[in-house]
Amino acid sequence: MESTIVSTKGFNAYFGTNHVVKDVNIDIPQNNVVAVMGPSGCGKTTFLRCINRMHELIPGATANGTIMLHNENVYDMHPIFVRLKIGMVFQRPNPFPNLSIYDNVIAGYKLNGIKLPKEEKDRIVEHSLTKSALWNEVKDALHKKGNFLSGGQQQRLCIARAIAMEPEVLLLDEPTSALDPISTSSIEALLHDLKKNYTLIIVTHNMQQAARVSDRTAFFYLGELVEYDDTKKMFTNPKDTRTQNYITGRFS
Amino acid sequence: MKTSLDNSVVTRRNSVLRVINSIKTSDIVRTSKRIKHSYRQIRTEKIFRRTLIFMGVAMVLLVLGIMLTLIVESVPSIKSLGIGYLWGKVWDPVRDIYGAYPFLLGTLLTSFLALAISVPFSFAVAIVLGEYYPKGWLSNLLKNTVELIAAVPSVIYGFWGLAVLVPIVRSFETKVGVQPVGIGIFSASLILSVMIIPYAASLGRAMIQMVPSQLKEAASALGATRWEVIRSVILPYTKSGLFAGILLSLGRALGETMAVTMVIGNTSLIPKNIFSPGNTMASVIANEFTEADHPVYLSALIELGLVLFLVTVVINMIGKRIIKRYTTV
Repeated sequence: MESTIVSTKGFNAYFGTNHVVKDVNIDIPQNNVVAVMGPSGCGKTTFLRCINRMHELIPGATANGTIMLHNENVYDMHPIFVRLKIGMVFQRPNPFPNLSIYDNVIAGYKLNGIKLPKEEKDRIVEHSLTKSALWNEVKDALHKKGNFLSGGQQQRLCIARAIAMEPEVLLLDEPTSALDPISTSSIEALLHDLKKNYTLIIVTHNMQQAARVSDRTAFFYLGELVEYDDTKKMFTNPKDTRTQNYITGRFS
Repeated sequence: MKTSLDNSVVTRRNSVLRVINSIKTSDIVRTSKRIKHSYRQIRTEKIFRRTLIFMGVAMVLLVLGIMLTLIVESVPSIKSLGIGYLWGKVWDPVRDIYGAYPFLLGTLLTSFLALAISVPFSFAVAIVLGEYYPKGWLSNLLKNTVELIAAVPSVIYGFWGLAVLVPIVRSFETKVGVQPVGIGIFSASLILSVMIIPYAASLGRAMIQMVPSQLKEAASALGATRWEVIRSVILPYTKSGLFAGILLSLGRALGETMAVTMVIGNTSLIPKNIFSPGNTMASVIANEFTEADHPVYLSALIELGLVLFLVTVVINMIGKRIIKRYTTV
């Protein structure tokens, strides 16, 4: 049995009085890819942003309940430490436009004021870019700014930036929705490699993507976690009629 | 087979007839009206474009005209005083000696000192309004108050300076052990620094609000604190805009006349330190223009205006260069 790395209990999230995530209980096993899917507005992105406490940065946003990372409640930890342990990749590639590719990868260290010797930085940059399958494409242009990169390359740069901090969990918020099909498939292939070292939670509204990349799938509908199961089981034999309707395309 | 073909021909003819019958004279009138209307549209477009071009050209001509006037009117002074006018240290209209140096120094000194004092406040306001509290009544109150600073007539600042600021500066001068005059370069700089806060603050706020939230989120997700986000994302992203704001403030400080003239002391001596009385170019022109009783005196004052004009132009050009160089995004 795999060990659980993230587990939530009675978790709720709000925007003002709007209850967007309702009483979610979910256990995320280590070194798995867990897909969170559901129609737009179902609270899946909000739930993801709660896990590394990005949700509360929005004015008026609140949350309650517990999210355990190993044996620690992230809502008892300082948000800065939570975000160092739980990395995030956003919907739109957002490398820092004023930094070189190299500096983008180690941006997390720079931002946190961690000074590293040059060899260490070089090692981290190469390691992270290799893991994010970008090294061969950019190794000759490390000190150029990243704006000549394609959308897919920029997204992989963002993944490199996130894993450079050696997080335990990587949250991906619809990481391919702004990308073309070729970039999408390269990112999906990458996710498969990354799960050896990290636990991945990926939000997607694309069912095929959830089926392709994930080990387990959670289906959110109107803020509730409707069903959470093995991806194969979920897609072949959904228990809830709402899941069934969603998978068969009766609503989206 | 044949009948069905006939049928289809008949249907088609009928439908054509129906269309022809449905065209009424009113339709034809309407069409010609539409064409007329189109012509009118094209003509309006032409007039509109010409008006715009005319206005743009008028602006350029106006500025060139002002510059030309200044140059022409300065000719007597340039002829009789030469280039030495710029670094002449004595300004004594009674003995007919005109040197612009004390006022050039006074202008630059007051402006840059004011800038140094005001920039921290401007940036603080810009960051508070742009990043921390972009909305809400408190934010609106602060924003409107700061903008009001720019709307207060400068003569009121002069009064306030004389009544409130000068006594404070005087007691401060007593404490630090310089001659307690109160009025002087330092008081003028303080007044100016207040007056120029809104320019850098407003532009800075607008710039900071324009930083894409996805970049700020990227930094937050990497564990950056609010301050680290401001320092590493917002400030680098907005630096050219912030600099442009500083430039606006500086331009205002260089040209400000009334408030400065009321508290600077109006002496033609070269200021010994920042507490001594002095004068600026704009202030001298305002004070002495009505007293200029012979042509060279008048012309020397106009040349002072020309120098002030050129100083602002040069500083603006340097500033634009810097903005261009640092605009990375």
